[in-house]
Amino acid sequence: MVEPKVRIRSVRKCFGSVEVLKGISLDVPEGGVVCVVGPSGSGKSTLLRCVNRLETIDSGRIWVDGDLIGYAEQGDRLHHLRPAQLCRQRQDIGMVFQRFHLFPHRTALENVMEGPVVVKGVAKGRARERAMELLERVDLADRAGHYPAQLSGGQQQRVAIARSLAMDPKLMLFDEPTSALDPELVQEVLAVMRDLAASGMTMMVVTHEMGFAREVGDNLIFIDGGVIVEQGHPRDVLANPRHERFRAFLGQVL
Amino acid sequence: MTKTPQAADVADLPIDAVRPPRPGRWIAAVVAAFALVWLAYTIIVNENLHWDVIAEYLMDGRVLGGLWVTIQLTVLSMVIGLALGILAAVMQLSGSPVLRGASALYTWFFRGTPLLVQLIFWFNIGLVFPSFGIGVPFDGPKLIEWQANELITPFTAALLGLAINEGAYMAEIVRAGIRSVDPGQREAAEALGMSHRQVLRRVVLPQAMRVIIPPTGNQFISMLKTTSMVSVIAGAELLTVSQRIYLGNFEVIAMLIVASIWYIVLTTIASVGQHFIEKRFERGHHALQVRVRRNLRPFSRGNA
Ligand SMILES: Nc1ncnc2c1ncn2[C@@H]1O[C@H](COP(=O)(O)OP(=O)(O)OP(=O)(O)O)[C@@H](O)[C@H]1O
Ligand SMILES: [Mg+2]
Repeated sequence: MVEPKVRIRSVRKCFGSVEVLKGISLDVPEGGVVCVVGPSGSGKSTLLRCVNRLETIDSGRIWVDGDLIGYAEQGDRLHHLRPAQLCRQRQDIGMVFQRFHLFPHRTALENVMEGPVVVKGVAKGRARERAMELLERVDLADRAGHYPAQLSGGQQQRVAIARSLAMDPKLMLFDEPTSALDPELVQEVLAVMRDLAASGMTMMVVTHEMGFAREVGDNLIFIDGGVIVEQGHPRDVLANPRHERFRAFLGQVL
Repeated sequence: MTKTPQAADVADLPIDAVRPPRPGRWIAAVVAAFALVWLAYTIIVNENLHWDVIAEYLMDGRVLGGLWVTIQLTVLSMVIGLALGILAAVMQLSGSPVLRGASALYTWFFRGTPLLVQLIFWFNIGLVFPSFGIGVPFDGPKLIEWQANELITPFTAALLGLAINEGAYMAEIVRAGIRSVDPGQREAAEALGMSHRQVLRRVVLPQAMRVIIPPTGNQFISMLKTTSMVSVIAGAELLTVSQRIYLGNFEVIAMLIVASIWYIVLTTIASVGQHFIEKRFERGHHALQVRVRRNLRPFSRGNA
């Protein structure tokens, strides 16, 4: 059996006394695209944030590319990773946020160069070349010198995707990448994500775009109340939702 | 039935309305103008002011020397104060209760006691610690040792007092600046794999600067004047040298005016500098402002 790119086992996460994730297990194969759907507050963002350790987990295990996230296993004890090791793990996991979070004091080009130059110590000239390639890839080469405030939401999100790709991640996490966009800008972002999936990137995508899930996703999971209620190939589960809660949810978003 | 005006009429309907009279405003303006003229007249013709002495001492070597000390004290204590403020603010926002406590103690103590007292204290620190050394703590052997009264000149005492006091105020300003940065910025930087230091240096502080710089400019301008307090420990800055001169020639008012003229020159230059530095740190936000302004006034002259 081939090792999955992402392996999530029995992950639990509490905020104070509220248990937000109640034992999530999930595999994402190399090059797979998992779409995560569910009502507001069901824990979708939290799940993604646990994968790149923006949140710590209370129990369970997460492996990305065979590496246990956040801990080192020595004998039968777990040891917390040192901050530098956590940073090393995050470098290989790209994340795209609902509200872009581009660095407002840097141009589009500088945003894309920032990771490689600061984190990996890539020479500026080389990083600039690569950043231009990536901006080209998201169709924004002509906006390289613009500051985020001068770009539309869709353009900002495409720069944000390029910024993540500049780190050559093994896995990309998308947390509702189109939810903050005006309807006419959604497609340009989805097109970039479609290309990325076609190029073989492993992706976990929280989204309400069922069309995208059906077309691009290999697996769709429906989370409600911190557990996976239903999962399967998007075409199958969207055509024949079995659980009442999933059916009710689809009734609302479709 | 009223006739709706045709498009041609609408294009040109000048508003040429008569304003209601405002006698109160006119009277106030006349009184203020009269008071100004009278004040200027009394100052100019006043023989006790000795304009010739003021002119003579404005470029006096000792005065210029004091001016230079004032500038040095201001710049150095602001730079050190800013560094201390950033350190204290980062400690305050850290997860460690010990660091937070140390930072809180620092700002509490130095904001809670008068600067004047602190200055006199630093100048007399030799009474408490006659010597400073590097070596094993808790009275262990010393590697190097200095005598306090050699180390603590009026200048170093002034610098210590001003910088440490300033740091306590800057801590508050820096903290507000750091807090003003969207937490999403920090997360985006962390998701790229940046270390805490890199996040702070590359992402958080540059953005916090926009909030930090205007009050820091005010602190700088206020520091130019606060340095005059150093005269209590004879700090050789502008006020001290002016005092020394008037103790010799008894031109008290003239020398105070000489000092004031220089203080006003310094604060005016600093205000202009502040304006340009604030502009510089608007990078990336300026574009948005221009856009918003243009959107709010669609028929402005388009000076983007
Ligand atoms: N830092 C936090 N501290 C406390 N509670 C939190 C925190 N982050 C999230 N929560 C809570 O955890 C629950 C799950 O949040 P999460 O953001 O994962 O939901 P979501 O499925 O992404 O919802 P949405 O569709 O609205 O983004 C919510 O009830 C939320 O209030
Ligand atoms: Mg969410």
